[in-house]
Amino acid sequence: MPKRKDLKKVMVIGSGPIIIGQAAEFDYSGSQACRALKEEGIEVVLVNSNPATIMTDQNMADRVYIEPLTVDAVATILKKERPDGLLPTLGGQTGLNLAIALAEAGYLKEFEIELLGTPLETIRQAEDRQTFKDLMDKIGEPVLNSRIAENITEAREIAAEIGFPVIIRPAFTMGGTGGGLVEDVEQLEEVAVRGFKHSLIGQILIEKSIKGWKEIEYEVMRDQNDNCIIVCNMENFDPVGVHTGDSIVIAPSQTLSDREYQMLRSASLKIIRALGIEGGCNVQFALNPASFQYYVIEVNPRVSRSSALASKATGYPIAKVSARIALGYSLDEIANAVTRKTTACFEPALDYVVFKIPRWPFDKFHSADRGLGTQMKATGEVMAIERTVEGAMLKAVRSLEIGINGLCLESLAALTEQEIEQKLAAVDDERLFIIAEALRRGKKVDEIQRLTGISSFFIHKIKQIVRYEQKISSDLTPEILSEAKQLGFADRELATLSGKPEDQIRELRNRLGIKPVYKMVDTCAAEFEAETPYYYSTYERTDESSVSEQAKVLVLGSGPIRIGQGIEFDYCSVHSAWSLREEGLESIIVNNNPETVSTDFDTSDRLYFEPLTKEDVLNIIEQEKPAGVVVQFGGQTAINLAKPLFDQGVKILGTPVEAIDLAEDRDKFVALLRQLKIPCPEGYSASEPKEAVAIAAKIGYPVLIRPSYVLGGRAMEVVYNRSELIQYMQAANRVNPGYPLLIDQYLEGMEIEVDAISDGEDVFIPGIMEHIERAGVHSGDSIAVYPARQLDPKLKKTLIDYTIKLARALRIEGMVNIQFVIAGGRVYVLEVNPRSSRTIPFLSKVTGVPMVKLATKAMLGRKLKDLGYRTGLLPEKTYQAVKVPVFSFSKLTEVDTGLGPEMKSTGEVMGIDNSYEKALYKGFVAAGINLPATGTILVTVADRDKEEVVNYIKEFTRLGFKIIATSGTATVLKAVGLPAEQVKKLSEGNPNIIDYLKENRINLVINTLNKGKKPASDGFKIRRYAVEMGVPCLTSLDTTRAVLNVLKSLKKGVPINCRALQDY
Amino acid sequence: MRRSRLILEDGTVYDGIGFGAGKESGGEIVFNTSMTGYQEILTDPSYKGEIVVMTYPTIGNYGINFDDEQSGTAQVNGFVVRELCNNPENWRSRLELEAYLHKNDIVGIAGVDTRALTKKLRKNGTMRGLISSEGSGTAQLSLKARKLPALSEQDLVREVTTQKPYQTGKAEGMRIVLIDCGAKKNIVKSLVRRKCQVIVVPAFTDAGAIMSYQPDGIMISNGPGDPGAVPYVVETVKELLGQRPIFGICLGHQILGLACGAATYKLKFGHRGANHPVRDLRSGRVYITSQNHGYAIREDSLAGLELEVTHLNVNDRTVEGLRHKKYPAFSVQYHPEAAPGPRDSHYLFDHFISLIA
Repeated sequence: MPKRKDLKKVMVIGSGPIIIGQAAEFDYSGSQACRALKEEGIEVVLVNSNPATIMTDQNMADRVYIEPLTVDAVATILKKERPDGLLPTLGGQTGLNLAIALAEAGYLKEFEIELLGTPLETIRQAEDRQTFKDLMDKIGEPVLNSRIAENITEAREIAAEIGFPVIIRPAFTMGGTGGGLVEDVEQLEEVAVRGFKHSLIGQILIEKSIKGWKEIEYEVMRDQNDNCIIVCNMENFDPVGVHTGDSIVIAPSQTLSDREYQMLRSASLKIIRALGIEGGCNVQFALNPASFQYYVIEVNPRVSRSSALASKATGYPIAKVSARIALGYSLDEIANAVTRKTTACFEPALDYVVFKIPRWPFDKFHSADRGLGTQMKATGEVMAIERTVEGAMLKAVRSLEIGINGLCLESLAALTEQEIEQKLAAVDDERLFIIAEALRRGKKVDEIQRLTGISSFFIHKIKQIVRYEQKISSDLTPEILSEAKQLGFADRELATLSGKPEDQIRELRNRLGIKPVYKMVDTCAAEFEAETPYYYSTYERTDESSVSEQAKVLVLGSGPIRIGQGIEFDYCSVHSAWSLREEGLESIIVNNNPETVSTDFDTSDRLYFEPLTKEDVLNIIEQEKPAGVVVQFGGQTAINLAKPLFDQGVKILGTPVEAIDLAEDRDKFVALLRQLKIPCPEGYSASEPKEAVAIAAKIGYPVLIRPSYVLGGRAMEVVYNRSELIQYMQAANRVNPGYPLLIDQYLEGMEIEVDAISDGEDVFIPGIMEHIERAGVHSGDSIAVYPARQLDPKLKKTLIDYTIKLARALRIEGMVNIQFVIAGGRVYVLEVNPRSSRTIPFLSKVTGVPMVKLATKAMLGRKLKDLGYRTGLLPEKTYQAVKVPVFSFSKLTEVDTGLGPEMKSTGEVMGIDNSYEKALYKGFVAAGINLPATGTILVTVADRDKEEVVNYIKEFTRLGFKIIATSGTATVLKAVGLPAEQVKKLSEGNPNIIDYLKENRINLVINTLNKGKKPASDGFKIRRYAVEMGVPCLTSLDTTRAVLNVLKSLKKGVPINCRALQDY
Repeated sequence: MRRSRLILEDGTVYDGIGFGAGKESGGEIVFNTSMTGYQEILTDPSYKGEIVVMTYPTIGNYGINFDDEQSGTAQVNGFVVRELCNNPENWRSRLELEAYLHKNDIVGIAGVDTRALTKKLRKNGTMRGLISSEGSGTAQLSLKARKLPALSEQDLVREVTTQKPYQTGKAEGMRIVLIDCGAKKNIVKSLVRRKCQVIVVPAFTDAGAIMSYQPDGIMISNGPGDPGAVPYVVETVKELLGQRPIFGICLGHQILGLACGAATYKLKFGHRGANHPVRDLRSGRVYITSQNHGYAIREDSLAGLELEVTHLNVNDRTVEGLRHKKYPAFSVQYHPEAAPGPRDSHYLFDHFISLIA
């Protein structure tokens, strides 16, 4: 069926901010869809609240709305734009839910908008457990039946019916506690009773246990002609029980015979047909490892994280094809973008192995529970391609950037046999390394399989690596070296194992001619000629990368998404590659994150899907011989490679490496500031606790402290007095000459952030942003406001002046990001980053300045003045924009939600409007903070904040809010005549604060941090319960003030409008 | 560990590690892009005379079981893999791949850059080659490879067909005579599953003998080599045409075509894999099919014949299905019985049975 002629204008819904479970994959799918639609001549209307995305670029859609993803906002846009169709299946669960809500609210009917692709009925059917089960029963596909029990008798009956073992899960709990696997009636009674107690609604779910079964996924496509294909199947390393987002995944399946492969393939096709999905769909199965028995676990009637992975793993662009299907094309009418000779109606054949490992945030959240289960915890993922499982596994491990290059995790060496066994049985993020350690100690494969439930096939692969570790350690002969490289060992790991320096290994390799070759990802296992330059390395015979003669530049990507290094950097990498093309250069991207736009094979001229280590990047450089390397856009990952690459004679484009070094070296940097007469906070390092106490006394409390070397302990914190300092040092457990403590003056002032671009002469400043939260809250966790509102012309002039001075002194060519604090009317420099920062996409969008493009061109030697930009600040816009951080606390139990110097947010949203209050309101709404218009506020603040909070409470009371407070705060409030109901602390018996929260009697919490953020403290519990109950919890008085402003303006009833970026 | 080499007729040498039988073995080298199903491929009689290169790089992962064989033994002349897996995991696995090849006297070679080899075959077309662990000189071995008989010069069907007729399935069911040119077990199974009685006869059985079984329908199976090398089967089919419904698969499809006057030709490197899209011209629907053939029906030879093209390959538009305009006879170039590969085309067996009923 050819393209439909009646569709002229289509809306695409994005997925909003990056949170755990919904990351950059939807920018990739959304951008692909927008491009596919535009290529078909469709006018595209795009709505997404996340500014750090390529899809919200003005060239991706004709009308771009960065607005909250709420029914109200999107309905307003629909009314204004009147698109013919709405494409709901590309924006993750957020997009899908929103589309359903819009349909249910009657807006689609009212504005005569057609839901494209998958019908609404299908979405409902797939999303609703019961209707889905009914449909599966009808077509004879087995699903696990989870049944609800409300008392022990019911539980006994259900379990007997299902048959032991069964899984018990309390319905609606705090962090999924209290469930478990039970083998018999006795265990059932114990666990069920506990479950009823833990459940907030007194219910438990009982289902058949499929523990230890293989988890297999299929990515399926279907068009309206009923043509169906499988793009890819995938096998999880972990058996059923770990969320697929937290699972190590291998594509294609490894341990399935053709019978099993085809059985599940046929089931997948049957399911997509029964559901009537038009586009992409993901089906997850549990397969009994000892029979043909299987269950359908889940179906996602939309593109997903897995489909992004499958697209990158195969070269088959699922989102693009889905968008075309929605326009009426059938699969065989869509060209295969890789071969250009065949169509999208085929099944990719892989001739390599793909290995995905999630990236978990446990390096940031030390107190978080590392156990993996049904709740996803990873923030991002890496993917590796190699010709062997071992090679792909090792590449993936070093792509993670967790400080290890192979399967040796040093900390495990100290564990006892018993601890190893315990760790094998409990699933956590380190299991790959634990299995390796167990094998190293001689544990048998079948024993490990019994303990972990992981297929012996994978354990044998790890064993092969361990076997070679031993060979390498004993004698690194040329033969062993060659075999080790074929198996995927990194030079760095070979160096550690053999006791030789890494450079020597590289030399030896080069001398022996042991070098990687690059193979192409072509969707067809070389059966057809392919034109798409998408490569991976392997140690084999024939290279096929056909390097061109053209001048080229390599852009280093930013690797997996983690807290502190998010999608913003992918946005920058993509724009840099595009700008290189614009300058007539060939662009080469190196990255390993399968979720992103940068690893879409048509973003750059050439894509190398490789780890971002010195060795892997150098190999590509030797192959491609680029004129230079861009390190400014790939976050810390890329910047960290500047020096090692430079030392090997690689040309780093832009800001000189010495300057990068200087900015990162504290002592040199302070010396530079002194020379430039730019003030900075006073700071020293202490080698022992006594010294630390003395330094803190000298500087004066509060002080900002952090270990110079973070080792599994806590990191940066603000302490307000001596006892807090001592407490910190005791917890850190290690302050000695080897690990000094850095102590800085903590300036409690307004934080300012400036991004600038320099060509070495001119220093152009697109904008100055002010943070709502005072210094002390990590800049990534603060609300940023553009343009800054509280700066007088003199301060602004100083900021501009310092920025220009610093950029010139550091000989910046490209981007620079500077963080300032203004305290006592003075401007201090906190930090200079000689690279692009996380505010670049936001600032680019609100100012309209193509910042990455300018920076890239400046690096190539183009002059800003020739590009139309001069030294100084761009005239500030008349509208207001805010960047609001978004957290994933509900996914991470045991993590304190209080804000501090350590970054905790996973994503961001933008609010933009004519007035500050409206922009802020949009920002809060988009971030999912449900600001109550009326209700009850719980106030419990640290002593130092009590005086300040009084002013805000006064105003909240005036707005009609009821105030509840704990004794200390209540006393202060009562003293100034504010009515406050006193509530018991946890230690004071019931009903206490937590009971109030549980009973949903609180609408907003204001809680500032006391010392010692131990999970046991009252404050911690209040904050956690607020998260679990979905009650907004403000941990900073600055945020409180901002919220107050918004509520005040809402009271006045100002109408909120939505406006496309094109109209600002 | 035994060093071994794969030598092509053009003199290219691939070093590797020998596994399975230690003998020297030659044949036409073909590649298969299926990611699963190596056991079915090894035992498919259509691969007689061929050395099979698996493009998927690790082979042997799920071992060898007792159910998935497509004939009583491994049939390939040689087996080329990037990596041999000796630690399989699958509940049905009874044997490692290496042991299985040993047992069946099949030569294997591992450690070959199979992607480079596949690209070579794609560019130059199918080539002959040898797997050898002997120390002889390259020139000598490639000469030997060049002297290997071409497929068209060999009657490979005679080597793989059953020597005696046998029957299976329910006696009261529909009676199907299967002309065994090297039939995969799953063809028989697919018929038996549909409650047919299947009489499997040698490929050299004449039409009279076939009709003497009083069949309700006749199937011509898949098989190895050039359809031009089995004129006797073509003659048989010519005589059977119109007498009973006929269904041909793969070589059987080419034979039906030849029997109706069409011509066949050798493809540059053939179709071998589990992902080939085929369009049913009547419905417009596309099916993903399992394929294994080096020859095809020449489309331009069909002009003026009583044959209608029913299916075309979406990738290269080669003929994938034929239907006789007058008689209830049809055939497909691909494998509706799957094993290995997608089961999307099982319905063709139902269609065949509906022609009979």
